[in-house]
Amino acid sequence: MKNYDIVIIGGGPAGLAAAISARESKIESILILERDRELGGILNQCIHNGFGLHTFQEELTGPEYADRFICQVEEKNIAYKLNTIVLDITSEKVITAMNREEGLFQTQAKAVILAMGCRERPRGALNIPGYRPAGIYSAGTAQRLVNMEGCLPGREVVILGSGDIGLIMARRLTLEGAKVQAVAELMPYSGGLKRNIVQCLNDYDIPLKLSHTVIDIQGKKRVEGVTLAAVDAQGKPIPGTEEHYACDTLLLSVGLIPENELSRGMGVELNSVTSGPKVDESLETSLEGVFACGNVLHVHDLVDFVSAESAAAGRNAAAYVKGELPGRASVKKLFLRHGEGVRYTVPETICPERMDEELTVRFRVSRVYQSCYISAYFDHERIRHKKRQIMAPGEMEDIKLTKEELLKYPDRKQITIMIEEG
Amino acid sequence: METKRLTCINCPLGCALTVEMEEGNILYIKGNSCKRGAVYAQKEVTNPVRTVTTTVAVKDGALPVVSVKTREPIPKEKIFDCIQELKRVRPAAPIHIGDVILADAAGTGVDVVATKQVLAP
Amino acid sequence: MYDIIIIGAGVSGAAAARELSRYQAKICVLEKEEDVCCGTSKANSAIVHAGYDAAAGSLKAKLNVRGNELMGRLSEELDFPFQRIGSLVLCFQEADLPKLQALYQRGIENGVPKLRILDREETLRLEPNLSEDTFASLYAPTAGIVCPFELNLALAENAYANGTKFQFHTEVQSIERLEKGYLLHTSRGELRTRYVVNAAGLYGDEIHNMVSQKKLKLTARRGEYCLLDKTAGTHVRRTIFPLPDKMGKGILVTPTVHGNLLLGPTAVNTEDKEGVNTTLEGLALVSERAARSVKNLPVRQVITSFAGLRAHEEGDDFIIEEVSDAKGFFDCIGIESPGIASCPAIGERVAALLQKEMDLKKKDHFISARKGRLNPNALSFAERNALIRKQPAYGNIICRCEMISEGEILEAVRRPLGAKSLDGVKRRTRSGMGRCQGGFCSPKVMEILAREQQTGLQEITKSGGSSKLLAGTNKDAF
Repeated sequence: MKNYDIVIIGGGPAGLAAAISARESKIESILILERDRELGGILNQCIHNGFGLHTFQEELTGPEYADRFICQVEEKNIAYKLNTIVLDITSEKVITAMNREEGLFQTQAKAVILAMGCRERPRGALNIPGYRPAGIYSAGTAQRLVNMEGCLPGREVVILGSGDIGLIMARRLTLEGAKVQAVAELMPYSGGLKRNIVQCLNDYDIPLKLSHTVIDIQGKKRVEGVTLAAVDAQGKPIPGTEEHYACDTLLLSVGLIPENELSRGMGVELNSVTSGPKVDESLETSLEGVFACGNVLHVHDLVDFVSAESAAAGRNAAAYVKGELPGRASVKKLFLRHGEGVRYTVPETICPERMDEELTVRFRVSRVYQSCYISAYFDHERIRHKKRQIMAPGEMEDIKLTKEELLKYPDRKQITIMIEEG
Repeated sequence: METKRLTCINCPLGCALTVEMEEGNILYIKGNSCKRGAVYAQKEVTNPVRTVTTTVAVKDGALPVVSVKTREPIPKEKIFDCIQELKRVRPAAPIHIGDVILADAAGTGVDVVATKQVLAP
Repeated sequence: MYDIIIIGAGVSGAAAARELSRYQAKICVLEKEEDVCCGTSKANSAIVHAGYDAAAGSLKAKLNVRGNELMGRLSEELDFPFQRIGSLVLCFQEADLPKLQALYQRGIENGVPKLRILDREETLRLEPNLSEDTFASLYAPTAGIVCPFELNLALAENAYANGTKFQFHTEVQSIERLEKGYLLHTSRGELRTRYVVNAAGLYGDEIHNMVSQKKLKLTARRGEYCLLDKTAGTHVRRTIFPLPDKMGKGILVTPTVHGNLLLGPTAVNTEDKEGVNTTLEGLALVSERAARSVKNLPVRQVITSFAGLRAHEEGDDFIIEEVSDAKGFFDCIGIESPGIASCPAIGERVAALLQKEMDLKKKDHFISARKGRLNPNALSFAERNALIRKQPAYGNIICRCEMISEGEILEAVRRPLGAKSLDGVKRRTRSGMGRCQGGFCSPKVMEILAREQQTGLQEITKSGGSSKLLAGTNKDAF
């Protein structure tokens, strides 16, 4: 069995950034295990631009953004294995993996970084009634077919879900020769960026139907049409509002779920809101020496934030391997509570003595808020009150806490993040 | 007089902007909550531009297509002309990031470049 | 000229073919779809019922009990998954106890072994997640679950190994009676045969009516189901039924042989024999009724929903007999629940009828065993490594949710009666049946199929015929 200081599960944006920062923290023995044929993960199929504004102060496409990190991994001689699937990880950090060349093999790690990313929610999760013919794709599958295989899944398309992937695919399909008839969104607002609504839908006169859903799929062999209906405030279809669309394809862009089968298998505790591991300020999971970052931890809106978060995970894993991260049992732990309007926070706990000088707490809001404040309470004292013009569930928010202020009051136990009206 | 309605893309607020124009000149801009909105509206009604990202079929490559982009944004009305021209090019592998796939796309003076490496099989 | 043509490659047709392949006869199975198990056999509860439901003396009762008895050995012989997990019929109030007792009595009359009525405590001890309203239950330890597709495929593969021919994409359009035997006009030309077995599922009435003046009518009865993720697979350990009503056995909750949890079916008659669509009302009813029997059902874990059609005949019994005004033409129709459970006995019965009629002689070398596809997960570390060294495709995982390798997919495609489409691969290997429902693996499976069939990606279908997965290539419309 081979030994590594750090084994990183996944060679997408999270795994790459974690590997690079671990190497910069002077860890020599690092291995990235990637299941696909190339590094870069889902970025390889995200050929649109808009990546990297925070990280590189320029607008890159997905493959270009990935390439910047892949080049660094190559330059730093970080080991990786492609086409390699991880089958199992034990709580003692023995990793069982498999590929064509080496067959089944095991690796012992001192620290593990979980960076497996996320997957799309399938149709079944929505229980959309109707037939099950060819022509129903999740947006990401269609994206792969179009952007990487050069295949057009359909010619007349309806898209359910107006998150960014759905919007981006509306434009991509249009530019490859399909007619996108409508994008339906169950919620009264789009989960996507305004820029994508304007540049992916409005530019091509594609209607966005808010508070609408698909209530029937027709066609026995191939999709022949779908029925949309308006929904009420509870998301229930309103009788009499049905509209039929003749189409050969239905694309579903209805949410992402962190891929935590391996985490669950090794006994990592998961958060029921994010479906990702519960982590502390060091992005360490409930298992010592096991860290998580990127979309496997919580679904991000921008890859730049994935890179930043993953770099922190890499640094912390390196500190753990070098024995520089104080044991959790020996230091004080604060609880981070999500109050009014905040769906979750990452991390969920903070050991001030283990944190960097500054810690970014990331979260999402539960609905659209205008002219409100993000507040942080340290027990009963309000220590942050940051005005935001607008906040929406589709965009990740953050607030920064400093080590100094958290160490100032040794008796305090809890930090609450909430949204407050003006 | 001509009225153009836009959605500002600078932040999730998505302000509904109204631009009054006469003979190509902007009379006034309404509905923006900040300066960035006015700048956006002005640009969008006088010279809207977009970066086009798409794919091009590859000859003898390890992958069937290569992803490409216009190096700079091009005028919005040239998007489909650019796509038409790209349909006719078929670069051969190996292709590297930044390689020019199509020079002076649709007479815009902007090159279309590869955004991904595609090696020979 | 065939000795016997069997119309339909569902479980009934395949079971008949397998049993008849023991004899010296030239046999062909015709199937209008691209694969075995494309109709009623495909989408059902996959329950091997114990046999207490059907009326005493009925063919359903007789063949169910016999089929259940045969299923264990058959699953070993033909290597398909079958688990005798037992079933419980719940009763929620004392007033309904007589109904439970009537069911028990019927079971005894039908010859169902080991039946017991359990009180509330005994029931909840077996299944702690049952409804708090549980009053008593009928426990049938002999009930089981099966993979209906593997069962169907195993029967067909074994029949094939014993010389039976299978012809797919072949729809019977009309039948002419000859002096000796029949002439079948099909979508792929004419075929002559001495004897016919009509195992055409929902279309069994149409086939029957082509040769008989005594017209039959089958009604398609739709049943909708929800399938839950494996994380919910052990919520109950046995098949849980409510008390039956006149439309059927009610909405059950059961583990599947693959470790998922299955809820359903509804029962609604439909005019459309291809009407396998799910409906808002149907899916809502499934969740609601299932929750009456089982508490804390994790309905958020639904990964897919589907509908199947049962071939219901007015007489409410299986019809397995020679058509009275068409000599040499045997019906095997009206096979609704408990069809899966009964199929080994259905095969036996059809074979016995024809053997007697045709005076068939046994083959000298009948191959009774069939080996299923290789399951790498069942191998030891060292065995699996040896396999990958020999065939590296077994080291290449295609379906990440179910951990299915390229090697397994290749085997599913290359075997006799192999997979031709995405659904064909999915049903055989479970690639695409997991929690992402093919999101990651379908493009890769399509590539493998295209490579194996030496065709373009554009030609690959979901389920044969016009179910093409792609419409064209990028920019071909410009």
